[in-house]
Amino acid sequence: MNKYFLKIKNNQAVPVPSIPVYDYEVFYSYCYGLLQNKKRYHCVNYFGYRIESDITLIMVIADDGEQCLYVAASRIPNNTRLKSFAGSLSAMEKFEREIHEQFGIEFTDHPWLKPVRHSSSSLNSYVFFSSDSEELHEVGVGPIHAGIIEPGHFRFICNGEQILSLEIQLGYQHRGIESLMVNKNNILQRTLLAENIAGDTTVGHTTAFANLWESLEGYNTPYDLHFCRTLAQEIERIAMHTADLSALCADVAYQLGNAVFGRLRTPIINFFQEWSGNRFAKGLIRPGKVLYPFSDTLAQRLLKVLDDFETDFVEMGEQLFSLPSALSRFEKTGTLDSNTALRCGFVGMVARTCNLSRDIRHSHPYNLYGKTLSHEPIMLNSGDVFARAFLRYKEVIQSIEYLRILVNYLPNKFTKQSSLSGMASKNTLVVSLVEGWRGEICHCAITDHQGKVIVYKIKDPSFHNWKALELAVRNNEISDFPICNKSFNLSYCGHDL
Amino acid sequence: MIKSLKILKHQGKQYIPDVVNANVPGIFRGRPIITSAKVDEQALCETCPTKAILPAPVRIDLGRCVFCGECAAQFPEKIQFTRDFKIASNRRESLIIAEGEDHPVNFDDKAVRKEIRQLFKHSLKLRQVSAGGDNSAELELNAANNVNFDMSRFGIEFVASPRHADGIVITGPISQNMSEALQLCYEATPEPKIIILAGVDAISGGIFEDSPAIDRSFIEHYSIDLYVPGNPPHPLTFINGLLKLLGRK
Ligand code: SF4
Repeated sequence: MNKYFLKIKNNQAVPVPSIPVYDYEVFYSYCYGLLQNKKRYHCVNYFGYRIESDITLIMVIADDGEQCLYVAASRIPNNTRLKSFAGSLSAMEKFEREIHEQFGIEFTDHPWLKPVRHSSSSLNSYVFFSSDSEELHEVGVGPIHAGIIEPGHFRFICNGEQILSLEIQLGYQHRGIESLMVNKNNILQRTLLAENIAGDTTVGHTTAFANLWESLEGYNTPYDLHFCRTLAQEIERIAMHTADLSALCADVAYQLGNAVFGRLRTPIINFFQEWSGNRFAKGLIRPGKVLYPFSDTLAQRLLKVLDDFETDFVEMGEQLFSLPSALSRFEKTGTLDSNTALRCGFVGMVARTCNLSRDIRHSHPYNLYGKTLSHEPIMLNSGDVFARAFLRYKEVIQSIEYLRILVNYLPNKFTKQSSLSGMASKNTLVVSLVEGWRGEICHCAITDHQGKVIVYKIKDPSFHNWKALELAVRNNEISDFPICNKSFNLSYCGHDL
Repeated sequence: MIKSLKILKHQGKQYIPDVVNANVPGIFRGRPIITSAKVDEQALCETCPTKAILPAPVRIDLGRCVFCGECAAQFPEKIQFTRDFKIASNRRESLIIAEGEDHPVNFDDKAVRKEIRQLFKHSLKLRQVSAGGDNSAELELNAANNVNFDMSRFGIEFVASPRHADGIVITGPISQNMSEALQLCYEATPEPKIIILAGVDAISGGIFEDSPAIDRSFIEHYSIDLYVPGNPPHPLTFINGLLKLLGRK
């Protein structure tokens, strides 16, 4: 079946005319043929773009075994009705909702073509899924939540204290990033947009953009840029996982863990500031250059920061994961099984806590992964809050090891001036995958015959994993919702774009 | 129990005793200094991704600056960023730094409404509204309350309900989809109340300024009590801005 597709690698630039274009029925059967083998293949992006009155659909399927991507296309006229993939492949449901929202295409057997981010319709008139039962009640939360967090609406249908169903409505954060990516024609402006997709994943998204843009210009990325991006990704992972452990402790009223993990994040993000002048590493990742070289002094500083961090982090972690009062709240709360994770196409950390190996660092290596760092994903199988907490703990320790390895491979020169022109190759497609701390990040760009970007698609791991939260809380007590939510800590802005 | 006490002891002292005179570590892009060096001004202005640099004389508008560092990297003889993090002000114009200036960002005490200092000086409760914020400003506002920055020592706290709040703190460029919720939240806050804009996105829209998906009419309708520049604003910038507003420092 895969011979019907164009085979590419992560970050490989390919001419658009080399993508095979099929009638929709044929396209459907070829794609379906691969996607039904869910373990090996998963869709990393499926999107449309308009040329005149026609819509071109692009399917990108990752083959985790072969470490490659398969691409195919279909061209369909406006206002068509199409057979839906989601009718039999749940993991495709959101891609089709997005295509429906953007182009009005009807998918005949789609279970629910609910708006994804209300980019063109009003959120205020949205009618939630509800129940007529007199025994059930509904609870609405948001868009503004109690803490200092981003907006989104959660609608619960409960039987007493028990959650029967949760519907999450997002879109409040929609800033129109994908169209801005197309309309701004300056590299720095686009880089800033990438930095702001999700500020907690500045490094992840900006790396995806920078890797993509360099391929799009046919630029051979020098070692020092790969080095800085790899290093920064692992630092970001440590910082955010530690912050999440702090938040999880807060939600089970474990003050000590909350305070200690909370303050442990500080030296890590302060290190970003020492390196790049910003605690979130904004300014650090740039296509074709790095404004802030990673000196030997910084390397020594980082080792010292990590040594101090690790002692306190491990001490606190060992205490937390042997504390019966915390464990009794974490274990068997918000559980997902591995079949559900596979069927719904969950990615990143959420997949790995359900014994499903999804990790781009391993399956589609980029930057220094697969070279200096041969990454083995850490896997857990209980799929509950405990697994999501414990995976973070173990991944932090793994990332510390990676950083210690990386500092032995310091670049001896840094590219401080970019030689990029800002002009992308003509008629080109690039798909860029990155494993952010939440999971799989996918950026795709397509240029026209003049080298102008005509589509820029961004997919944060939250695009898939919000569904995991909806499913994980079913049959749990509503009072456990906050801790379930924290254990996923999904991105609103990364989803809404 | 003994283990917990040990852990507690290992943390040592983590809080910053003096938030006004503290030093931030490493390099930090705080208040810029613009020298009188001669450079190609047009090229300099065009370097800036958010049109924060104005020509003749060269000025940087901290309300538009996303602190990307590009101008300082390309024109190091002209622009340098200092580690001065006290860059918040109650006047929009004060955020514009001109060539040759090297003094703290102005704060206009006279322009502060009387009731703010009368009522909120020792206790200020705030409701945060993220309206298209990218979660970095939100994380920094959370950090302002952590054990390092410990903002609550000044009686300043974030609360869950606008009904309990004395004002709102807005982050993000204000997405159209959040504009109604923001308006409702503001109306639910009892008078007198203040409005704080935290971060470049909230102050000017930042890189999203010309996006059709944002709606900044809220900002045009009300007067703003405090502007806190940054991308995101550093917790110390936020805390010092508030202390100034309350007349405590
Ligand atoms: S640091 Fe500020 S003024 Fe300088 S280029 Fe970036 S946004 Fe413009």
